[in-house]
Amino acid sequence: MRELVIISGKGGTGKTCLTAAFASLAENSVLCDADVDAANLHLLMNPKIKKRTDFMGGSIAKIRTADCTECGRCLELCKFEAISEQFVVDAISCEGCGVCVDLCPEQAIDFPVQKCGEWFISDTRYGAMVHARLGIAEENSGKLVSLVRQQAKILAEEKGNELILTDGPPGIGCPVIASIGGATALLIVVEPTVSGIHDMLRVADLAAHFKIPGLICVNKYDLNTDMTSKIEAVAEKRNIKVVGRVPFDSLFTKAMVEGKNILEYRQDSEVAATVRKVWDEILQSPSMNLMGLKDFSAVIK
Amino acid sequence: MIISVASGKGGTGKTTVATNMASALGEGVRLLDCDVEAPNAHLFLNPEIGQVEKVTTFIPEIDDDLCTACKKCAEICRFRALAVVGGKVLVFPELCHSCGGCVEVCEEGAIKDGKRELGTVESGTAGDILFSHGRLRVGEAMSPPLIKKVRSINGNNSITIIDAPPGTSCPVIAAIKGADFVLMVTEPTPFGLHDLKLGIEAVKTLGIPCGLVINRSDIGDNGVKEYAAKEDIPVLLEIPFDRNIAEAYSVGKLIIEVQPEWADKFRDLYNRIEILARC
Repeated sequence: MRELVIISGKGGTGKTCLTAAFASLAENSVLCDADVDAANLHLLMNPKIKKRTDFMGGSIAKIRTADCTECGRCLELCKFEAISEQFVVDAISCEGCGVCVDLCPEQAIDFPVQKCGEWFISDTRYGAMVHARLGIAEENSGKLVSLVRQQAKILAEEKGNELILTDGPPGIGCPVIASIGGATALLIVVEPTVSGIHDMLRVADLAAHFKIPGLICVNKYDLNTDMTSKIEAVAEKRNIKVVGRVPFDSLFTKAMVEGKNILEYRQDSEVAATVRKVWDEILQSPSMNLMGLKDFSAVIK
Repeated sequence: MIISVASGKGGTGKTTVATNMASALGEGVRLLDCDVEAPNAHLFLNPEIGQVEKVTTFIPEIDDDLCTACKKCAEICRFRALAVVGGKVLVFPELCHSCGGCVEVCEEGAIKDGKRELGTVESGTAGDILFSHGRLRVGEAMSPPLIKKVRSINGNNSITIIDAPPGTSCPVIAAIKGADFVLMVTEPTPFGLHDLKLGIEAVKTLGIPCGLVINRSDIGDNGVKEYAAKEDIPVLLEIPFDRNIAEAYSVGKLIIEVQPEWADKFRDLYNRIEILARC
């Protein structure tokens, strides 16, 4: 089984729109939305939720006022400025380290486990999908990302699916690191702008750091063809395969408004043909085929 | 006056709004790029960086001569950054949250101050604008401590504009907490609306007044405007899609450079924020 994770560094480059289109092409696959912070893939998938599970994240300190002698030890210990002079814990600032809980001389601090979100196993018109919703202002997004990816893997094993398609989060921090560990390959979706290339380089460095092969797709390439060429030159220098250029097209937005991917919305359009070609390039890329399968795409379709 | 520019969804135009507003206002403005995972504001402001500071966080370093392998440090660590194996304490630096619990419970004084690099904070000036940004070290997972470090930079400037990261979890909270106003930038699409709602909820949990900029305002649908009207969130500026603006952006140019008439609109945006933040 393989997993392709779609990431970008910079947000809004088209990760989710492309993931949804690929999902319609890869029938024997499980979908996974690892952007638990601001998940969007479900807006194009109309998932029917089959199983809903609470995500229990970390614990948060809670001072029992009745037992507190206001000795100030917890204030002294807390490195996160989460405890007020009135001995109330600010749940947003609390890191969940439990140091105050363990070292309170009066044992007056509780440490209840928090529900930090929910995760779902759903059916979609393109197969099973695992997705989640992290609670607002919560921590532990990396933990939830690892959880949904693990569940997607279990599901794929059960159903005998050959591929997991994972829509990743933007950035290069905690949730991204949790999204890419152990992946077969990363598809980096980049737009031809100074910020697109800047953030692509950071994500490419991250991929190299964790030794995961990357592929690059330039989206909205015609916004600046010079910049597109520059991206492709950088990619070649770094030994990252470019799987294609997708033009800027308002059809993507129109499809999104109707809750569809570009291939469903206008399957005969030029941009749809381009996306199909990009997908073929991905399936034929050496990084997706290292395990020796002669024709990986035949297994997926 | 501290204004955080945030969004929920990535790529809606936070950096565009933050840098154009900062440039339109000019003197007395400090811009803090707190999107430390993917900082982009410098690409549009081209600051001269004068100061580079490496930012580190505490991690335990074990003095094997003093350590008795009593396991107390491993027991208090909720993040599993310490483990005792074969009479020796192992440290997993990337799991450490720097809570200092291990130092507190070690009776032998065997835990010394170690360091993990979080990234760098670079500061300088871009014309009249005071500029700082954080750059998270590639491979580092925890951005909030670096964001807090960038936030701690201040001086006698009158206006601070913060370019926040996307999302709704801890990095965003670190970038908007304590701000006087949160300016949410969205696009009028189902993705934009969905993430805007999450973003607004995050702002509400902190009780900060907020307003909206709708970027590429003529694409997509009416969902964002309907939502804003229903929730009573003021729409402070609309920026229509313009291929010239998009092309200028692609090479690192500000809107007010290619279409100077926008400078007044961004100054006016600030004036409206100032009024809203005071009521």
